[in-house]
Amino acid sequence: MNHSLLFRALLICVPLAIGGCGQDSGTDTSTSGEAPGSQSNAEGVIVDVSDPNAQFVPVLSYRTGAYAPNGAPVANGFTDYLKLINARDGGINGVKISFEECETAYSTSRSIECYERLKGQGPTGAAVFNPMSTGATFAITEKAPVDKIPLITMGYGRSESRNGGVFPWNFPIYGTYWTAADVLITHLGNINGGLNNLKGKKIALVYHDSPFGKEPIPLLKKRASMLGFELLSIPVTHPGVEQKSAWIQIRKQKPDYVLLWGWGVMNSTAIKEAAGVRYPRDQMFGIWWAGSEPDVRPAGADAVGYQAVSMISSGQARVHEDALSYLYDNGLGSGDRDGVGEVLYNVGLLNAALVVESIRAAQSKYGKKPLTGEEVRWGIENLNISEEAIEALGLTGYMYPVSLSCSDHEGKRAARLHRWNGESWDYSTDWISADDSVIQPMVKSASDTYAKEAGIPTNACDS
Amino acid sequence: MFYREAGQFKTSYKADQAVFPIFQDKIFVAIWLFIGFVVVPMLASEYMFRAIFIPVIIMALAAIGLNLLVGYCGQVSLGSGAFMAVGAYAAYNFMIRVPELNPLICFLLGGLSATVVGVIFGIPSLRIKGFYLAVATLALQFFTDWTFSRIDWFTNYTPSGSIAVQPIEVLGLVFDSPIRKYFLCLVFLVIFTIIGKNIVRGRIGRAWMATRDMDVAAEIIGIRPVYAKLSAFAVSSFFIGVAGALWAYVHLGSWEPLAFDINLSFSILFMVIIGGLGSIVGGMLGAAFITLLPLFLNQLPVWLGINISTAMISHLEFMIFGALIIFFLAVEPLGLARIWQITKEKLRLWPFPH
Repeated sequence: MNHSLLFRALLICVPLAIGGCGQDSGTDTSTSGEAPGSQSNAEGVIVDVSDPNAQFVPVLSYRTGAYAPNGAPVANGFTDYLKLINARDGGINGVKISFEECETAYSTSRSIECYERLKGQGPTGAAVFNPMSTGATFAITEKAPVDKIPLITMGYGRSESRNGGVFPWNFPIYGTYWTAADVLITHLGNINGGLNNLKGKKIALVYHDSPFGKEPIPLLKKRASMLGFELLSIPVTHPGVEQKSAWIQIRKQKPDYVLLWGWGVMNSTAIKEAAGVRYPRDQMFGIWWAGSEPDVRPAGADAVGYQAVSMISSGQARVHEDALSYLYDNGLGSGDRDGVGEVLYNVGLLNAALVVESIRAAQSKYGKKPLTGEEVRWGIENLNISEEAIEALGLTGYMYPVSLSCSDHEGKRAARLHRWNGESWDYSTDWISADDSVIQPMVKSASDTYAKEAGIPTNACDS
Repeated sequence: MFYREAGQFKTSYKADQAVFPIFQDKIFVAIWLFIGFVVVPMLASEYMFRAIFIPVIIMALAAIGLNLLVGYCGQVSLGSGAFMAVGAYAAYNFMIRVPELNPLICFLLGGLSATVVGVIFGIPSLRIKGFYLAVATLALQFFTDWTFSRIDWFTNYTPSGSIAVQPIEVLGLVFDSPIRKYFLCLVFLVIFTIIGKNIVRGRIGRAWMATRDMDVAAEIIGIRPVYAKLSAFAVSSFFIGVAGALWAYVHLGSWEPLAFDINLSFSILFMVIIGGLGSIVGGMLGAAFITLLPLFLNQLPVWLGINISTAMISHLEFMIFGALIIFFLAVEPLGLARIWQITKEKLRLWPFPH
């Protein structure tokens, strides 16, 4: 009797719970917008993964969990661009793109599972992976060479992986964390009238306690010993909602500047805490993952004046208009209409543009058909995007000329800073270049150590 | 009808004390071993090996280890993630600092390091019990999290604190393909299961169970609680430490301290509880349940051709997973192993239940 009652209760409860979830998700901004009525519009835009003539691009995304507010816009921008290429251009040189999203919740183990799930999909396997997480990048870096699938880690991942001689499969295009950290230090030098004036200053790094947050530390330590400033490293535990002790430490130590190396909810919390201890926001500088709308909006007026280094800022170019007219007007957009053109949306879009241009470059050598990861790798390594090509893509002002080579998988070692004025992000500086004479020796020694431990050659470029 | 021990007479003590006294059980285990060693390697795809079999096997090893402590000795521990971390980092450090050592020996040394840590952190169990002990082991979890992310020596001074492992090469054989890794893990699991099963059948296991059931009474009949509890911590953390080394080297390949965080401890404890406390097979069933069900739920909509967003799938996954855990615990609080046992008892009478 007892059991049968329980069974009945569960039979009623479970569908109720599912139904409730469905309603809840309808209002969720992060769900994909494929309305049932727009099925006919999807023809040719959303291509089935099993299509033998389509190039498969895997998408690792996180629309749930602690990092969802930041992960969802990146995924929206990324998938929107892939869909737009199908809708507007009919694919890359006529080869349609198929893609499948896999939810990682920013967890490394889930990312590995997604990687394994997606790597063999499509007619030729995955073209290129964008792990969207530094922790996952470290893990997948060990697997990608075996499976011969390249990784594009735009603005994250292993800093030393720009050395293609040791890391033939990794492409941290548009800047590594060492580049970003050096740009920030250079900027601090600029506002102090020269790097030498940083001597005796105190700079605090408030970082996400993960490989992501720890990446800049070696460079900052080296810069600290070169320039004579004091570096305070203050870790913040995942997910970063509890950082009272970090900011009490900052109130005590009174650093001249705070560098914020956060992701997700940690960023807005840090800005609020800074306001709480009255630390001036215009002396806080974020990494590019701490410089988007979800990072500052929750902090309201407290965030005004906060700056962050930027790969790409908010705003709309011609490609956004295309996305709105081809996708959103037909109900095919991945996210909310309002989200188009936000910083992280643009990051996702730029990342997808790099993927598409890499495949295009590879097609020039291997032909206009679905390509394998190994063929796409050639395309990435020989990527050469000119100003004219960017104009043709409709990304003027949002994508920057870049050309890669075997020895340099990064391509661009400069960035701008942008400032939150309460309404939008505006560029506050011109391009600032990182000093490669500082970074290059570190890349060399770190990648040599890696090669020695992993037992791999360091001369992949020579062959 | 088929599962009935009628006619199987035990003519010696040895036969009576066998691990599987019933002939059908022997056949059954043989079938499972056959599936594990022959059928799966022939049929499974790379994804199945890497995302399903290898994690489940390693987690089963960890769950069996924790079950020795929680299920057999009654000492609640929330430190399994920490023991796995100790095993993983110790194996890494042995490998990197003594390169001529055989990796398999490094894994066992990783397990031994976890044993040492386990015994040290098991000492509080002599004074505190139940939930309070769980909290004390929680301290170990935070202690290892802190140690491995703050003391750079353990990570060989890698800048990001993330470790990439060396290839596993044993006597010229490199364990790089999924099928070889699978066999490696499976052999570990089989050997450790045999060891575990025999320990719990013997004097030590009986001492653990006596301590679990009533420690004062156990002490009166001559079981030294110090010895019983610390040996349970030692054996359990050895198992979990080896599982940690395998998890790091075979499954992850590269990891950060977060890979062994409190969530891992919780999920291993859930495996033990769902699988069945005080049962070796329960550890395996629990590991399979906790590891595979989320993956299954996550991919089910795609298989069924239902087009919903990945976020929605994730939300559903959590809800159904949670509901199923409550369902199983409500229907059978003693875990999957008990359900399995009931099935066997029913089978004995089948098809004539009266």
